Amino acid sequence: MTGKQIAEELARTRLEDGADRDSVDHTGKRGKIVKPKKRKTVTGERILSVQDLHVTFNTYGGTVQAVRGVNFDLYKGETLAIVGESGCGKSVTSNAIMGLIQQPPGKISSKGVHFKTQDLTKLSKKEMRKIQGVDISMIFQDPMTALNPTLTIGEQLTEGVKQHKKLSKAEAKERAIDMLKLVGIPNPEERLKQYPHQFSGGMRQRIVIAIALICEPELLIADEPTTALDVTIQAQILELFEEIQEKTGVSIILITHDLGVVAKIADRIAVMYAGKVIETGDKREIFYNPQHPYTKGLLTSVPRLDLAGGELKPIDGTPPDLFAPPTGCPFAARCPFSMDVCMNVYPEVTTLSDTHKVDCWLQDPRAQKLIDEQAFAR
Amino acid sequence: MGKYILKRFLMMLVTIFIIATLTFFLMHAVPGSPLESDRNTNETVQANLERFYKLDQPLHIQYLSYMQSIVTFDFGPSIKDPNRTVNELLARGFPISFELGIITILVAVVSGIILGTMAALRHNKMIDYAAMAFAVIGISIPNFVLATVLIQQLAVNWNIFPPATWTSPMHMVLPVLALATGPMAIIARLTRSSMLEVLTQDYIKMARAKGIKPMRIVLRHALRNALMPVVTIMGTLLAGILTGTFVIEKIFAIPGMGKYFVDSINNRDYPVIMGTTVFYSAFLIFMLFLVDIVYGILDPRIKLHKKEGDV
Repeated sequence: MTGKQIAEELARTRLEDGADRDSVDHTGKRGKIVKPKKRKTVTGERILSVQDLHVTFNTYGGTVQAVRGVNFDLYKGETLAIVGESGCGKSVTSNAIMGLIQQPPGKISSKGVHFKTQDLTKLSKKEMRKIQGVDISMIFQDPMTALNPTLTIGEQLTEGVKQHKKLSKAEAKERAIDMLKLVGIPNPEERLKQYPHQFSGGMRQRIVIAIALICEPELLIADEPTTALDVTIQAQILELFEEIQEKTGVSIILITHDLGVVAKIADRIAVMYAGKVIETGDKREIFYNPQHPYTKGLLTSVPRLDLAGGELKPIDGTPPDLFAPPTGCPFAARCPFSMDVCMNVYPEVTTLSDTHKVDCWLQDPRAQKLIDEQAFAR
Repeated sequence: MGKYILKRFLMMLVTIFIIATLTFFLMHAVPGSPLESDRNTNETVQANLERFYKLDQPLHIQYLSYMQSIVTFDFGPSIKDPNRTVNELLARGFPISFELGIITILVAVVSGIILGTMAALRHNKMIDYAAMAFAVIGISIPNFVLATVLIQQLAVNWNIFPPATWTSPMHMVLPVLALATGPMAIIARLTRSSMLEVLTQDYIKMARAKGIKPMRIVLRHALRNALMPVVTIMGTLLAGILTGTFVIEKIFAIPGMGKYFVDSINNRDYPVIMGTTVFYSAFLIFMLFLVDIVYGILDPRIKLHKKEGDV
């Protein structure tokens, strides 16, 4: 039932089979002529590979296992959305990649976080600084607090390129003006001299994006970039992301809990729960054919206009305590299909296609019978 | 900006007027007069003296003539020491007091900020604990106690610094140390706590994500924001240092303004009291005005003046 509705939703946004899945209609919001967008050039080059990433934090109350073995890859020019509810480890994962976890109290262990050929976890702080802001950039959630209130945006824009690319003041300024034009800020020359409080929230987020892009990074990590913005501005910022990706070919990791955002710009989706990636797949696989009960629950808990008379179905219960995470599947306690095995043993990865992977015992042949029975009972 | 300064200037004049009025009436409310002494003076002489200094006139007439002397900035001669005018006393004492005050402020602010920043950057480490222990001691010990301890140890027992007077840089060490320790400790504690808060802000995280060098993050991104509370209490600290100079000048026998100020009150030397009080308050008010200007420079969000079309 859910699958069908999602299919309709996707058909509505012209994402059905056979259509170019990236030709999302912009419906001329800015009065432009709508051209069919070019298919994104996702080349096979893998630029980021995260293997078995664990992040823990020592606190007075004990050790929080915020991220418990996350695996994913990212290819050049694609957008990977990491989805999940609050506290599931999305932001910690991105901060760990970015080298922003303070150690201690944090502790990172992994089988490698490879950015192209370098293992980011093995770099010194100094070596990491040559990657931060240059090869990998980050966009923060709240543009109201992400900009330093006492420095002009010109200085905040140019300090990175001046330090990393050794540009002169004039060159850096020229680049900053170009970046402000790219992100759609009018009068860039004058705006450079102004302070953050002289900009609106949406404008500030554009500036944050400009700062992130000024050194031409290959990977952009956007941690809930639209959460703090109102809906109309959200749409503009998302369009800006698409535009930038088209122009620069940057790969994007988009952290969000907003499935609307995901539907708009993601190529692939990783669903996180209690510090683990429980399902990954390309956008169609996750929206059409979600396999993990948690993913299904997420999709049915989103309000939708096309669901006539339908009810929102929240997922009952709360995520497990990450001070003492369960040994089995962390979702088992909330899962309508949970079996004895779910409580005790974490499921193995089931590979459904090249891109679609899920950690769930329901994929086990022995469970199929049970599913059929349950479906019949409904 | 010009309009703002003009407005502030007018307010400063009003403040000084109120201070002068209060001082005048308080001064006359205190029993005794500058002409009283242990010697028995002939009554006619006493009356003549009072007439000479216009002390026999009704209080409101005296008040008006004092106000006139403030406006013209001519306080006349001291009653106790008729050879000198109040202006001469100020001209002699002020440069020395100013030197003591300014050096103290510089030492307190610079070392306080450095200490506080180091403590914040090494939060919950040895440096932090040591700096904060030092700060608590610095806040708790009054400057006159510290002054005597310093003289006893560093001047008398170890003979490193001269114990008194104000003639060479070596002479300045002990008084400045005694006067600066308290404000420095307050500034250090304040800088530490506001630095700790600023370092958790998103814009600091963002600066780190940009790969900016740690030194630049602290100096350019964090410190400026962390100094806002410090600037806020600078006004109070300035007043504290100013009154502190009275005591310190007395202990170290420094021939500054403080000595005249204290002596004039003991002697009920009316012109000197009025002169020094008005001068001190005008100076303090001016310093507070400077603090406000610094505030606006540090934080662009604080507007000292309203421009047309500002939101």
